[in-house]
Amino acid sequence: MKKRKKKNEFLYFALRNNKLRIGLIVVLFFLVLAAVGPMLTDYAPRAYVGPAAQPPSSEYWFGTTTFGQDVFTQFVYGLFPAFLVGIVGGGLGTLIGMLVGFIAGYRGGLVDEFLNVVTNVILVIPAFALLLIIAAYLTVRGFVVESVFIGLTAWPWTARAIRAQTFSLSSRDFVDLARLSGMKPRKIIFTEIAPNMMSYLVMAFILQFGGAILIATTLDFIGLGPTTGISLGLMMQYAVLWGALPLGMWWWFVPPGAAIAAIVGALYVMNVGLDEVFNPKLREM
Amino acid sequence: MSLKVEDLTVYYQTLKGDVQALESATFTVADGEIMGLAGESGCGKTTLANSLILLKAPMRFIEGRVTLDDEELPVWDMEEMNHFRFNKISVIPQYAMNAMNPTRKIGRMTADLLESRQVSFKKTLPELKRRLDLVELSHDVLKMYPIELSGGMKQRTVMVLSTLMNPSLLIADEITSALDVSTQKAVAGMLVEFRNRECCNSAIVITHDISILYQIADSIMIMYAGQLAEKASTDAIIHSPRHPYTKLLIASLPKVGVKHAENRLRGIPGSPPLLLDPPIGCRFRERCPVAFEKCLEEPPFIEIEKGHFVACWKEFEKNAQA
Amino acid sequence: MKRYFGRKLSIYLLTFFLAVTIDWMIPRFMPGDPIQNMLSRAALNANAAEVLYTYYAHAFELDLPIWQQYLNFWYALFHGDLGISTYLFPTPVTKVLMDAVPYDLFLLIPAILLSWFAGNKFGAFAARTKRLDNTVLPVGYILTATPYMWLGILLAWAFGIVLGVFPISGAYSYTMAPYLSWTFIGSVLKHWFLPFASLFLVFFGGWAIGMRNMIIYELEADYSHYLEALGAPRKLVRKYAFRNAVLPQITGLALQLGVIVTGNIVVEVVFSYPGIGYLILAAIQNQDYFLIQGCFLFLIIGILLANFVIDIAYVLVDPRTRRGMTGETA
Repeated sequence: MKKRKKKNEFLYFALRNNKLRIGLIVVLFFLVLAAVGPMLTDYAPRAYVGPAAQPPSSEYWFGTTTFGQDVFTQFVYGLFPAFLVGIVGGGLGTLIGMLVGFIAGYRGGLVDEFLNVVTNVILVIPAFALLLIIAAYLTVRGFVVESVFIGLTAWPWTARAIRAQTFSLSSRDFVDLARLSGMKPRKIIFTEIAPNMMSYLVMAFILQFGGAILIATTLDFIGLGPTTGISLGLMMQYAVLWGALPLGMWWWFVPPGAAIAAIVGALYVMNVGLDEVFNPKLREM
Repeated sequence: MSLKVEDLTVYYQTLKGDVQALESATFTVADGEIMGLAGESGCGKTTLANSLILLKAPMRFIEGRVTLDDEELPVWDMEEMNHFRFNKISVIPQYAMNAMNPTRKIGRMTADLLESRQVSFKKTLPELKRRLDLVELSHDVLKMYPIELSGGMKQRTVMVLSTLMNPSLLIADEITSALDVSTQKAVAGMLVEFRNRECCNSAIVITHDISILYQIADSIMIMYAGQLAEKASTDAIIHSPRHPYTKLLIASLPKVGVKHAENRLRGIPGSPPLLLDPPIGCRFRERCPVAFEKCLEEPPFIEIEKGHFVACWKEFEKNAQA
Repeated sequence: MKRYFGRKLSIYLLTFFLAVTIDWMIPRFMPGDPIQNMLSRAALNANAAEVLYTYYAHAFELDLPIWQQYLNFWYALFHGDLGISTYLFPTPVTKVLMDAVPYDLFLLIPAILLSWFAGNKFGAFAARTKRLDNTVLPVGYILTATPYMWLGILLAWAFGIVLGVFPISGAYSYTMAPYLSWTFIGSVLKHWFLPFASLFLVFFGGWAIGMRNMIIYELEADYSHYLEALGAPRKLVRKYAFRNAVLPQITGLALQLGVIVTGNIVVEVVFSYPGIGYLILAAIQNQDYFLIQGCFLFLIIGILLANFVIDIAYVLVDPRTRRGMTGETA
């Protein structure tokens, strides 16, 4: 009876929280655009379709590049990889962080010390530098590989947060009770501790999602992104590389960055909203 | 009269509505009186304490009047109250163990506090040291961080700090709850010492442990579900309580020497009402063994004998008949 | 305190060891043959290619057994020898890096310090009233969410192209040679400002948000309530809350170093600012493996050093660590 009441309470606040609503709407908007966008355009992203360096017009909604490619087409095709990286990279990062954090927090002792060292080392090495080196040597790269690498290097944040939360939870009475009654550790983790951590996990995933998008964009921009296809980061790289700045072709570089700022910003705002929903002390009066 | 409270009503604002935590509290505390304030968890004791000294959101002042030494206390105005805080009215909070800034040496913190209230730390230092001696704390405490002190030591430090300006009214909120029995005795004794040496004039001691009050309080006030139930001298409360709740409360206390086999421990069946939507009339009505129809009307807090206040229609009836 | 530093140092040493190993390992275990790559760019006939292949294999010690290559790498490292850059042949990598580092420091140090101080003050300020909070917070979140490169591009476009106030590439005017004069210094500052601003703005957002959250937490703490109950003026309560809220921000700074470095690289690319970031891009585009390796090492060393400095700063500021109690969690 109590669990049902809790879920309903969260849903009640969730639906009413402005930050959550606005953030969700923005993210969904771009998601829909990513899905539907390619159908709105007849061109292929890299095809040469018209006169070069045209500002936005009724025919080319976002204008054209220095090669005469349609910017709008590139934009909508480029949205999808952003979400892909977010889900795969963010999801992987959350998963690994969750596992490491749980085990370290629950087991304690040597296991915890060891995992702690691993986490700290990976934290200190800038993930980006690592990705740099790896990506520089791979001659053929795809989006999935990029996402996987990002996930493999971004998990320490989540691990730390989950570990701290597991620590504080596992010392609570109801877990001791479960232990005393002889429940297997794995079962304790999944049935007693995890449900209490759902809020943290969801929030961690959102942060990882946003973070993954930012890292991927940076990699793409530097030229370490996928070797085929188009992404928002790649668009910005091409724009800078092919003189959009001195030529004042703002329509080429403003939309991709704006989209990323909007999506990631919306995710962060959603996160704050979720924090308020889960943490009654923060709720607005 | 030292403290006079009339019809003090304070609610808590929540998203689900107002929690009617304190309803029409009316009582007085005389000069030099140590009044105990007892009741179950959630009955409104701390709310009452906070209303007197730190009434801030989510608490909301509804109505009432508080007078201390013939001066009205503007409890609803956070800014105005600063004039009275620490000097006239002070508190030893429930969270005394965490009441000091963990990253500041105690002496430094005290100096900051005093200077910010336009009191010279230098001039107050000798008195501060005398007080520390009173509670058997070394002067070195001033050079330490709170984390270096034990729970009991922190409690005593906060006691000294809160009474440093000799307030007219001291509110001690659960100062013995987290301590072991021998320290409890010491701390309770210190409180009486403070009053005797005029480090404070009168005091309100909040606790759910009536046995402590029996030792140190002059009078005891019992609260239930946000309403005042009874107030009388300690002796009267313990030996001849009038309110049904008080009677059941006293009866439920374990007594030394009495074996369970001879005399079973009795509790009070049921639980206190939720104050989000409290029952009309007397809030003890549903658990009271002697409730009748009149109880649907809220009983006033009236003096039925000299110095003995009660809010119970049954008792008024008895009194009328006597 | 000894324990605290001991632990930190051992982690840094371990990390350094790991980083160097990875740095050495990756080119050797990646698919493809770096020498082959290099040679295929030069149009050579088969015989010449073969001769050159053995020459380079020997020059890069790729004909030695693996463990020997590894040890030689460490040996060279401690002698400050990071190889010869192929992109800027025949300059040694170490020299190339040392020439670039001052520009990085010139960008990074003011950006980090100023944004940290300003961001924290601003975050604390924003927590004062609800209305201020509600307007400031979204701005902070948007700033943190903005990709560095995009902000850099926007600033370059707005102030460099449209308004023409600032230049958008290089560290100083191409028409000048380094010379201690006001015009030169002016040129340096002009070229420095936009990249600095890009970094500053994004960092600022992050700190402001962090601080605002910490301050709210501290203002709700028991000690704050006690001070209020004793009639302390708001100023004192805020002062205490601020000092306590700053502590985790210091640790936060250490944790953010990786992110900061990333931002730095990107901004340098946008503005063609000749720091290590810009070098990395050039090295990648020209497949100069030695330079890439060197850059990576420099980054790691820089970050480890910065971490260490911050650890020292933390001990100085949080009295609890000095008394043998760890002030930080985990």
